[in-house]
Amino acid sequence: MTRWPVAGLLALLVAGCGGLGPSAADRPDTLVTTGFGLPDEHATARVDVFRQRRPEVDLRINEGAFDEQQFLSAVAAGDPPDLVYADRRKLGGYAARGAVQDLGPCLRRQGVDLARYRAAAVRQVTYGNVVYGVPDFFTVRVLVLNNPVLRQAGIDPASVSTSDWTALARMAEKLARVQDGRIERIGFDPRMPEFLALWSKANGADLVSDGPHLDDPRVVEAVRYTADLVRAQGGWAAFRAFRDTFDSFGANNELVTGQVAAMAIDSWYVNTLAANSPQVDVTVVPFTDRQGAVLTEAGGQAWAIPQGARHPELACEFIATMTAADTWVTAAKARRDALAKKGKPYSGTFTANRVADEKIFGEVYDPRGIPVLEQGVRVLRSVQDRSFALPPSPAASDLVRSWESAVARALLGGQSPQEAMRQAQREAERAITRVGGR
Amino acid sequence: MVSTREARAGWLFVLPWVAGFLLLTAGPMLYSLYLSFTHYDLLKPPRFAGLQNYREILLDGRAATALWNTVFYTVLHVPAQIVLALGLASLLRRAGRSAGLFRTVLFLPTMTPPVALAALFLLLLNGQNGAVNAVLGWFGFSGPQWTTDPAWIKPGLVLMSLWTVGSTAVLYLAALTRVPAERYEAARLDGASAWRQFWHVTLPGISGTVYFTLVVNTIASLQVFTEAYTMFFGARPSTPAEGDAALFYVIYLFQEAFGSLRMGYASALAWVLFLVIAVITVVQVRLSRDYVHYEDRS
Repeated sequence: MTRWPVAGLLALLVAGCGGLGPSAADRPDTLVTTGFGLPDEHATARVDVFRQRRPEVDLRINEGAFDEQQFLSAVAAGDPPDLVYADRRKLGGYAARGAVQDLGPCLRRQGVDLARYRAAAVRQVTYGNVVYGVPDFFTVRVLVLNNPVLRQAGIDPASVSTSDWTALARMAEKLARVQDGRIERIGFDPRMPEFLALWSKANGADLVSDGPHLDDPRVVEAVRYTADLVRAQGGWAAFRAFRDTFDSFGANNELVTGQVAAMAIDSWYVNTLAANSPQVDVTVVPFTDRQGAVLTEAGGQAWAIPQGARHPELACEFIATMTAADTWVTAAKARRDALAKKGKPYSGTFTANRVADEKIFGEVYDPRGIPVLEQGVRVLRSVQDRSFALPPSPAASDLVRSWESAVARALLGGQSPQEAMRQAQREAERAITRVGGR
Repeated sequence: MVSTREARAGWLFVLPWVAGFLLLTAGPMLYSLYLSFTHYDLLKPPRFAGLQNYREILLDGRAATALWNTVFYTVLHVPAQIVLALGLASLLRRAGRSAGLFRTVLFLPTMTPPVALAALFLLLLNGQNGAVNAVLGWFGFSGPQWTTDPAWIKPGLVLMSLWTVGSTAVLYLAALTRVPAERYEAARLDGASAWRQFWHVTLPGISGTVYFTLVVNTIASLQVFTEAYTMFFGARPSTPAEGDAALFYVIYLFQEAFGSLRMGYASALAWVLFLVIAVITVVQVRLSRDYVHYEDRS
């Protein structure tokens, strides 16, 4: 009497465990992606190009932020997606662990010429001379200056530069406003600890090259300088708390309200400013090293094919289509038209594909007289090929954690910059040894 | 006497739970115990490492920092939660007819999702423009940088955790109503002050409930994660600009597992936490024999 219920229950349990049929990703002409969303025309129009080219393919875009654990678990379980879209800095670790495929042969078959891509972006997806990804968007780092605040203080925005550290510190102190421990205005935000690699490079040191150089005296000097900058403007705790109050993505952002006089920032923020506060009076200038040479750090995402993907050739074709210059131009036009319907300017699309950028900014770009775009985009375009990128590392997450933690300790005054970076170097070396040993 | 048929039926009814426990709790626990003796990065098969992960924990400065932060938080949070909940429950008991309304109002904040709570308190606790410092300012105090000064981050988190004090207060209120009124009457006749009544009648009368909340809150505090992670680590699995002041043990475990992909090491960290909690709970059980009073044993 009790046998049938027990059998039924066991059947339910087994069914719940899965494995009773092939996964949807096993079907031919199916492509499954992870980490890629469809937030705007840059994504939807490019996907449409592929769909029109290969209508028979069942393209499944798993939208949402990239989930590293989910991705690696799927690879480990032998059930990976066909494509992964992630921050380029993560690819080195995946390549070292064998989680993504060598794309060299398939890119050759698809006729993808990586020489047309920006060198810094290609460097980020190359590990041990093997290409593991194709770069997608491309960001750089620049300075944004608040013209009214600077002029009110008698400072010509054209004279601001990161070459003369003494003059920059003087300017920051002059522009900062601190009353009874409350900060009312930041004079200059060096954007630490995120921009440590840029400040170090400006001081002549590579934070990571053949290995980590976190305790290089020039890196330590950069940490000390930026920590002193922040200390002179109210100290890190108040500085950071003040920064947390900004409405950075709104019409009343920190530049409109005059809460910041000057700051180092990622290039995408210029687009954000143009969209949310088009009349904001700012000047975008390049970051420069101490000799006055233009310098910027590259960032962005890349496409890669996981190890064990069921449809690698189709995935490669998808990547080639998505990153082709013509596809980018189609997406740029779609984006421009969509924004035009809302009466908004199109601030351009910054890709890692140089040919695409030339066409977009030559044929599609529509700044509509917005000052921040007219001036800023010119600067952004001029620095793109002066960018550097840290080489991929199998322990990239650990390295970033080591140096960001060290800079935080130095900013807070808990450790001297030298002690903090020495500790970071020890931690980074240990992390690399551990990853190498596994 | 239970018949064989009844016993079978009983087992059948508990079978879903037993199967769930074995598959979803005991199985993963045993597997994580095995992983704690291996090096495992999700992609390559686990490699046996003996006690290396456990030895590494002893030398790991960040693990020590994370454990210290967690113990510090627990030592502040648990007594604060108990004292405030007891105070609120005592007030509620005197609320008369409106007690039901106040009980509901007090319990409602517990329903707030932890992530929303963390986002809200990032604004309230902001050292420059936050409401908490604004209120302190009315009384002439210059508030600290709750969310960015390492010395104040943990006290700030404790302050935030008191938002959910209602759930403990409701338990205490139920316990308080069960203390026999004649005991207070006898104490009053003996001339006991309000404080003596509380110390010698109320506290022994609700000691079982206080003990329960002590154990449960201690375990929950040692596993604190969501609010601190949302406030200080949310956007990226790296280090917040406040350093390691909010690096709690489970956050560090999560970083090691899913940031650095050291599943073996993270499993060892989990088992160390399990042992710490087990030791603390055993001590609490031992102490309870002397300090906890149960009606049915009196």
